[in-house]
Amino acid sequence: MSATAQSPKVQTNDPAILGFVDCDVHPYTKSPADLDAFLPKRWRELRQTIGARSRSPFVAAPNYPRMSPGTGMRMDAWPEDGGHPGSNLNMMREQLLDAFDVSFGMMMPLLGRGGDSRDVEFGAALCTAANEWEAQTWCDPEPRLKAAVQITTEYTEAAIKEIELRAGDRRFTHVMIPPRGLEPLGRRRYWKILEACAANNFPIALHLGGTSGHASTGGGWPSFYHEEHPSYPQSKEALVTSLVTEGVFEHIPNLRVALVEGGFAWLPSLSWRLDKHYKRLRAEVPHLKMLPSEYIRRNIWVTTQPMEEPEQPDDILATCEWIGWDRIMFSTDYPHWDQDDPRYALKVRIPEKEKRMLFRENALSFYNLTV
Amino acid sequence: MARHVVATAGEIPVGGKKVVNPAGREICVFNVNGEHYALINRCPHEGAALSYGPVVGCFESKRPGEYALTRHGEMLRCPWHGWEFDIKTGQSWCHPESVKARTYKVEVVAGSHLAKGPFVAETVQVTVDGEYIVVEV
Repeated sequence: MSATAQSPKVQTNDPAILGFVDCDVHPYTKSPADLDAFLPKRWRELRQTIGARSRSPFVAAPNYPRMSPGTGMRMDAWPEDGGHPGSNLNMMREQLLDAFDVSFGMMMPLLGRGGDSRDVEFGAALCTAANEWEAQTWCDPEPRLKAAVQITTEYTEAAIKEIELRAGDRRFTHVMIPPRGLEPLGRRRYWKILEACAANNFPIALHLGGTSGHASTGGGWPSFYHEEHPSYPQSKEALVTSLVTEGVFEHIPNLRVALVEGGFAWLPSLSWRLDKHYKRLRAEVPHLKMLPSEYIRRNIWVTTQPMEEPEQPDDILATCEWIGWDRIMFSTDYPHWDQDDPRYALKVRIPEKEKRMLFRENALSFYNLTV
Repeated sequence: MARHVVATAGEIPVGGKKVVNPAGREICVFNVNGEHYALINRCPHEGAALSYGPVVGCFESKRPGEYALTRHGEMLRCPWHGWEFDIKTGQSWCHPESVKARTYKVEVVAGSHLAKGPFVAETVQVTVDGEYIVVEV
C-alpha cells in the first residue's frame, strides 16, 4: 500500500514568514515540447531533429546524478496527474505559494538551457522561447510569480536585445546568468551585457548552473554527489572574485548581483582574503578604488538555500552580521530535494527586525517589487 | 492515551506503509518484515511528510572499498533531504540521540479481544473474526 497523498499542513503564525518573498522557485515544463509553441519553425525543427548541444558531455543529464528521481526532486512534489515536479501551478500553490501566503516567487527556470547551447543562434532562440513560456504559462495566471530573463552570454547582441525586449514588462524582474560559463563573468567580453542589465534596472541572479565543459571544481571532476554539491560555492567564489578584481563594480557601480543556491557562509572569509591581498597586490589592480570587501558589501546579495547548518546554530547569527543582514534573502529552491522550509531551515531565533529583512524586505527592494 | 484501530492486519504488505490519523495526529504505520511500527509523519529535521520517503536498507562500510547493504527494509529515507531513520526506533542515522522521529506503540490485536476493551475504531470496520493493527496515541 502506498502512502496516501497528503501535503503537510502549514502551521505558522509567524508574521515574518507568512507573506515571505521566495528568492528561488523552479518552474518546469510538463515536456520539452512545451517550448515548441514559443519557438519559430526553424528552431522547432532543429530541436526535434538534432536537439540541443551543450558544452557538457551529457546532453540530457546533470554533471552528477542526484539522490532522487527527476534530477533531484522533492519526492512529495510529483503531481498525481503526471508531469514533472514544478510543472503544475495548482500543486505549486498548494505546497508553496498558498501554504505560506508567499508575496512573490522569483522564478529561476532551469529549462531550455539556451545559455548552454554551443549553437548560439539556437541558444538565443531557446532563451526567448523560455522567457515567453515563463511569462504566459506562469506570470499571467499567477502574478505573484516573477520571471527571469534568460540570456546566452556567448551571444552579446542577442542577449542585449532580449534584455531590452523585457525591460519595462513588470512580469520580468531579473536577468538570470548561470555561474558556470566559458570564462569568469567579470571578463571584458561580458561587460556590454552587464551594462545592459544595469541600464535597464535589472538585477542579476546568478543561479547555480551552466555547462561550460570545465570541471565543476577547481581541482577536477568530483566522484560523488557529496563532492559535487559543495562545488556550488566554489563557482560563486570564482565569480565574485572575477567581478570585483576585473573592476566591474567600479565600471558599473549600480550593478546589483544576487548569488542564488550557493550558500553564504563562505562570503566573509573570501572578503577577508581579497582585502588582505589588496593590501599587498594593489599595484596590479589600481583600477580598484575601494577595498574588495566594500564592493562586495555594496553590490552583492546572497540567498540562503542550501542553508548553512553550523554545529553551533548560533554561529549563523555572526555569519549574517559579517555579511550584513540587509544583503541576505530567504530562498526555498522549491521543488528540489535540497529545498528549505522557511519555518525550520534556520535553527536559531532571529531577531524580529532582521527576520523581516531576511524573509521579505531585502528582496522587495533588491527586485524592485511593490506589494 | 487511547488505542486506535487503524488498519486490518493484512492490509499493509511487508515493505509497505499506511498514513493514518488517529486523534488528529498524522502517523505512518510500516510493515517491516512482518512486524509493524509507527512513526510520526513529520521529519524532525525540516518537517517533510516521511510517508513519501523510500523504505531502504542501510549501506555500511568498514573501510573504503568494502560495502555491505544491511538491515534490509528497516530504514526510511526522508523525501526531502535524504536523512535516514531507523523505522523501529525513529532514530536518525547521523544523530541517533538528538534527532528522532517520534514512535508510537503498535500491536496486532484479535477482533474478539478488541470487543472487550476500550478502543476507538474510526475508519476500520471491526469484526470478532478479524485481526487489527492498533496504535496507541
